[in-house]
Amino acid sequence: MLAAIRTWAIAVKEFRQLSRDRITFAMIVMIPLIQLMLFGYAINTEVRHVPSGVVNLSHSAVARHVIADLQASKTVNFINSYDSVKQAEDALRRGDVHAILYLPSDFLRRFEEYRLGISQRPVAQWITDASDPLLSSAIASLRQVPLAKSGLQSSNGFATPFRVVQFYNPERRNPVNIVPGLVAVILTMTMILFTSAAIVREREQGNMEFLINTPVQPIELMLGKITPYVVIGFIQTAIILSLGALLFAVPLPENIGSLLLMTLLFITASLTLGLLISTRAQTQLQAMQLTVFILLPSILLSGFMFPYDAMPVPAQWIAEALPATHFVRSIRAVVLRDALWWELWPDVVFLAGFTLLGMLVATWRFQKRLD
Amino acid sequence: MADVVIQASGLTRKFTDVTAVNALDLRVERGQIYGFLGPNGCGKSTTIRLLTGLLTPTEGEVEVLGYVLPKQAEALRQKVGYMTQQFSLYQDLSVVENLRFVARIYGITGAEQQQRIEQLLQQYHLENKAERRASALSGGQRQRLALAAAVVHNPQLLFLDEPTAAVDPENRRDFWERLFDLSDAGTTILVSTHYMDEAERCHRIDILEQGHKRAEGAPEQLMQELPCEVFELRGDGLRNVRKQLMQEQAVLSTAQIGQSLRVLVNKQQQQPQQWLEQQLSGEIDVQAVRPSLEDVFVANTGTRHVSRD
Ligand SMILES: Nc1ncnc2c1ncn2[C@@H]1O[C@H](COP(=O)(O)OP(=O)(O)OP(=O)(O)O)[C@@H](O)[C@H]1O
Ligand SMILES: [Mg+2]
Repeated sequence: MLAAIRTWAIAVKEFRQLSRDRITFAMIVMIPLIQLMLFGYAINTEVRHVPSGVVNLSHSAVARHVIADLQASKTVNFINSYDSVKQAEDALRRGDVHAILYLPSDFLRRFEEYRLGISQRPVAQWITDASDPLLSSAIASLRQVPLAKSGLQSSNGFATPFRVVQFYNPERRNPVNIVPGLVAVILTMTMILFTSAAIVREREQGNMEFLINTPVQPIELMLGKITPYVVIGFIQTAIILSLGALLFAVPLPENIGSLLLMTLLFITASLTLGLLISTRAQTQLQAMQLTVFILLPSILLSGFMFPYDAMPVPAQWIAEALPATHFVRSIRAVVLRDALWWELWPDVVFLAGFTLLGMLVATWRFQKRLD
Repeated sequence: MADVVIQASGLTRKFTDVTAVNALDLRVERGQIYGFLGPNGCGKSTTIRLLTGLLTPTEGEVEVLGYVLPKQAEALRQKVGYMTQQFSLYQDLSVVENLRFVARIYGITGAEQQQRIEQLLQQYHLENKAERRASALSGGQRQRLALAAAVVHNPQLLFLDEPTAAVDPENRRDFWERLFDLSDAGTTILVSTHYMDEAERCHRIDILEQGHKRAEGAPEQLMQELPCEVFELRGDGLRNVRKQLMQEQAVLSTAQIGQSLRVLVNKQQQQPQQWLEQQLSGEIDVQAVRPSLEDVFVANTGTRHVSRD
């Protein structure tokens, strides 16, 4: 009873302070908004409109046809043509263009030989600036496009032996994958930082010396401190998912219960991490640095940026230890594949266990002492 | 024994490079206003933290209200109040919000809370500041709020760490009125200060220096028993006189105060006034005066303090 009153007192106080801290309050809304815009619009791993040059020594109708087809693919945008390869290479070095299509003077003959199966010699050449692998691999995917589409079907054929059927994100749009993952990144950032800073601030500003001399218990202090942030975590999740649905047509999950449960588990796990940091950090700056220390692997290794399966095994071990990995995995499952929470039980167990253990350690490490 | 509220013996606290409190013996009785007088860094705050169980002593024993510290510190929390040196309430909360928060922390709710807060606002002259943020209070108002927060739960024992450090004399007097009210109501108060006028109001004081206790007793008694004679010198060229006197072993201290020079001469010196006049040349008037608490402080601290002679 007394414990509940004291926990409530801390939570109310924390809410009040938070609502008066305009900048923090604005950040709670702005961080998800801005990140959503950045990842949804600006950061796009789908490569389009690569500025390119062409060196056409062939002057044939087929060559013109090929160029027009490539332009129509929208992956490249031919902004200039050059008289010689030398000139084109200079343009590439200067960065005027990032790719060059070279059609040699004997292009038509090579093309005919290739078409009739007489020769396997390449008919034309792409010269790309491979310093950005993403760009050059996009160009590489253009290798066979024009020949197939030019109506000049080759005799040895380009038919693929496999038919690919795309599930869950048939148009392969980036935001569909990014938006749910973004919930993980933003919650990691705000939840850890806010709790750790909120406790360290009390220490820095001298409130703690008074507080630890009252009957308040460490667990009451911790629970009271994190309560408001649970609410904030849900607000942020709601902002991201609803805007994701509005702007990028990211589907909303059918099973809201599973979404709420997984989100709650992740929020509490992140808040616990913040509490753990607060038992170490002496200043708010240190709390911030420790948050970044956890945030970076959470962005890079959790599967948000790069596919988990593509990572080397040791990196996967590290990833498994991060709550963000489990949440990225489960929220994508819930939002994109309509998975139910009990189907994701390994992640449920990890996140719940992490919270419990973290709480225990944080409470044990938090001493009502100054030495 | 029931009347002893704080009992400490050989209390010592070492930090990596300094001994902040050194073999301190302490005995505070119920109802007393007990003062720690000492310069910056002498260990006042550290002593208070040891007595509240916030710091663990390196050596020595402490018993507060019958609880052995630091082991039983938790049981003590409900019975003591602590006003820290730095303002430790929330700047972004209003006066009532702060008080309500503290009341809840001590488990005071509902009508009882309402009543208690109204009473505190009235006692500490904060009624018309109730809705104001703590950050917008004046120094004196802020200290009154801090005191109100420290006594929300009617503690038997109150620790005040330099409570009036940034407060003008008028407000300081007012603040002390509140302390006497509390004392009359039976609260034992332990207060640290570096103001003489404040120390003089205590029933009993310890003079601390570099973690050592240099003197202890009621201010009156300390002034009477001062092992020095105090003289006020008036005349020309006092600055030179001062330089000259500081060479003498028997002179404990000299201080220019306005137009006069205050000189402390060790009582071991035979007939100090005659001796002093002999030392002086020229038109200088020597007059014996009653020792002040500052004289007691000066005589007991610094490189030439009496106990080391
Ligand atoms: N946590 C700490 N770690 C290391 N040294 C400390 C610590 N706290 C205090 N000290 C040292 O102990 C000595 C006594 O400090 P304390 O704060 O008790 O003095 P004080 O009498 O309260 O001074 P002031 O009047 O400035 O408040 C000082 O030399 C201080 O530097
Ligand atoms: Mg101090």
